[in-house]
Amino acid sequence: MSTTVNTRMPQTIDEADIPVWSHRPKVTPKKVKGPIRNLKWLVMAVLLGVYWGVPWLRFDRGPFAPDQAILIDLPGRKAYFLWFEIWPQEVYILTLLLIVAAIGLFAVTAMLGRVWCGYTCPQTVWTDLFMTVERWIEGDRAQRIKLDKAPLSLSKLGKRLTKHAAWLFIGMMTGGAWILYFNDAPTVVPQFVTGQAGFAVYATVGFLTFTTWLMAGVARENVCMYMCPYARFQSAMFDQDTLAVTYHTARGEKRGKHKAGESWEGRGHCIDCRQCVEVCPTGVDIREGLQMGCISCGLCVDACNSIMDKVGLPHGLIAYDTERNVELMAAGQPRKWNFFRLRTIGYLAVFAVAGLGVLYGLLARAPLDAAVIADRNPLYVRLSNGDLRNGFTVKVLNKTNSPQSVSIAITGLDGGEIVIPGHEGETAPVVEVAPDTVAAVRAFVKLPPADWKGEPIDFDFTVADPTRGLSVSVPTRFEGPSK
Amino acid sequence: MAENRKYEIDPVTGSPIHPYSWDGIGELETPPPRWWVLTYAVCFLFAVGWWVAYPAWPYIAGYTKGVLGFSTRADVAEQIAAAKAAQAPMNDKLAALDYAAIAADPELMHFATAGGKALFGENCAQCHGSGAAGNVGYPNLLDDDWVWGGDYATLQTTIEHGVRSTVDADSRQSQMPAFGKDGILTREQVDDVGAYVLTLSGTAPADAAAADRGKAVFADNCVACHGDTGAGLRELGGPNLTDGIWLYSGDPKAVAAQIWNPRHGVMPAWAGRLDPLAIKKLVLYVHDLGGGE
Repeated sequence: MSTTVNTRMPQTIDEADIPVWSHRPKVTPKKVKGPIRNLKWLVMAVLLGVYWGVPWLRFDRGPFAPDQAILIDLPGRKAYFLWFEIWPQEVYILTLLLIVAAIGLFAVTAMLGRVWCGYTCPQTVWTDLFMTVERWIEGDRAQRIKLDKAPLSLSKLGKRLTKHAAWLFIGMMTGGAWILYFNDAPTVVPQFVTGQAGFAVYATVGFLTFTTWLMAGVARENVCMYMCPYARFQSAMFDQDTLAVTYHTARGEKRGKHKAGESWEGRGHCIDCRQCVEVCPTGVDIREGLQMGCISCGLCVDACNSIMDKVGLPHGLIAYDTERNVELMAAGQPRKWNFFRLRTIGYLAVFAVAGLGVLYGLLARAPLDAAVIADRNPLYVRLSNGDLRNGFTVKVLNKTNSPQSVSIAITGLDGGEIVIPGHEGETAPVVEVAPDTVAAVRAFVKLPPADWKGEPIDFDFTVADPTRGLSVSVPTRFEGPSK
Repeated sequence: MAENRKYEIDPVTGSPIHPYSWDGIGELETPPPRWWVLTYAVCFLFAVGWWVAYPAWPYIAGYTKGVLGFSTRADVAEQIAAAKAAQAPMNDKLAALDYAAIAADPELMHFATAGGKALFGENCAQCHGSGAAGNVGYPNLLDDDWVWGGDYATLQTTIEHGVRSTVDADSRQSQMPAFGKDGILTREQVDDVGAYVLTLSGTAPADAAAADRGKAVFADNCVACHGDTGAGLRELGGPNLTDGIWLYSGDPKAVAAQIWNPRHGVMPAWAGRLDPLAIKKLVLYVHDLGGGE
């Protein structure tokens, strides 16, 4: 795109006239109707429904675990997702999940352009919701511009207050739903209302109320323009086959006003009605070409098509299209779609591999695990009968939702004897592990001096639950004095 | 500054160009966004408010205290008080129950040994080591050899009153005569009895004849405190000589030196320095290290 230089721009400015801050024109988007707008309504309803509804889903996990389908239990350091439960040491699954999400975003962007931005990004969804509320209270674009210019009156103040109150209410509902993912929803809601919830709950709701109001009500398109990094590097995923909201310059230019009945000969189909600019939530002019401000929401497509209907021309002056198709159509050739190409197949391959990794991580999760920490200070103790003794802490992880009994034994240490306080004399002491917890069991291992050769001896702790057919061996070593 | 300079306007961006240029490279004077300027201003006001509300400005011998009266020291004191209040129910339980009852309750035991570990690190680790493994002259608390006994009550008495403490009349007292230095035994007799003592714990003597001679010396001089078999007498603080554990090393020379002119360690009496609950926690911690009786 060539740079447009405004010839009417002044050549110089007095130092005193340089403004303290820049004056950005306020974006006041107009209401639009059409299939894309309907799709956006649907996506918005589904996403908001999911956001507000999901914490209320119940999922039976037995008496020892919460029955909320999706719950991140921060104090308990566990995350529950339907059948799956993640412990802090399994956060690598979350890392893989983030890779899956990022690559998925890249793949979708390479194929379909910025549909994430235009339809599903929370900034877009909430801004859309806030704009709808604003339209109910203050009217459509023309009335809002008039209201902005009007002097302060009781009616203007009333409208403004109503609007901000409504926005803050939505913000509070937004923050209020957020905490439901971290608390048992049916418990925390009554607590919240009666003032019995914790400080973290109120602080989170307060903060999110404010940020929702700020981002969706005040900052709006500025978030996409100035804050969002994704908008800045999306061009790395774009090529000539990427779907984007496109103005068909060859068909539209040369633009100009058109009166009913006039001939379309020798001019473009764009009648310069500026509807595409007026409905744009980020205030860009799509006719200037693909640009960072375009979030690919397609509302200008609906606006332009409705105008094309009125002037009796075919749809698609502004349409979701690719750069290749723009060139092909300008040359009078049929469109070609090329969604699956090396780049997108590569993205999808990485997406699939990382996705399988997540699935594997979740499905291969062992219900029993163990870790052994050998005492380091001191490495060994000599007992009065001459035996050497090493101390260990055996951590037994019971990742199930019911209490389990496991036996702890040692293998590979000839002459060695395990002693767990309270279980003296047992060769494989059985300990109880509460549901969903890590039990730290102190275990001593004794070795008669005759079996000590002066070199550390590698051996295994075997934590087993024969009733479930589970067994975990953890290697460690027996230390003593060098001879 | 009064001079009102003309700025050229960059035709591409519409921003003024600063009149200074460096090697022909100019700089745009693009005005910052309004929210940024306002945030900046609000931050300034916030700072002023902070100066008024909180301690801020130092002067020669003091500082501005701030109208809220906040101080980090008071804050810490408050947090310590809050932590103590939170521990109070467990501490009350610990104080009320006897050792056996506490040991039977894993939750209480966990709380007590965690507290005991912290107390041990502050008060005991200097001599007994942070891992309680002791050192030459300082008993290892992990093993099963106790000079005075390793059950709860004995441990409590030892910690409360210390060993050879000069300030506590109830302190544990024991003193081995300086057999060599005070001329009770000859050099040869000391070496002989040293060789014999080593055989008690199963060490083959370098000189079997000396060990044989030492047996008689032992029977004449040592059994009063160390017992007929050398297994020690706890009531008198006579250490067990039949095990492989030596406070001052099991090296033949070190054993002989200890008979010639014994060293005697001192452990402070902790009653009065530590409150009874702290001593209780220490007893539970030490007992739980692996050698408790």
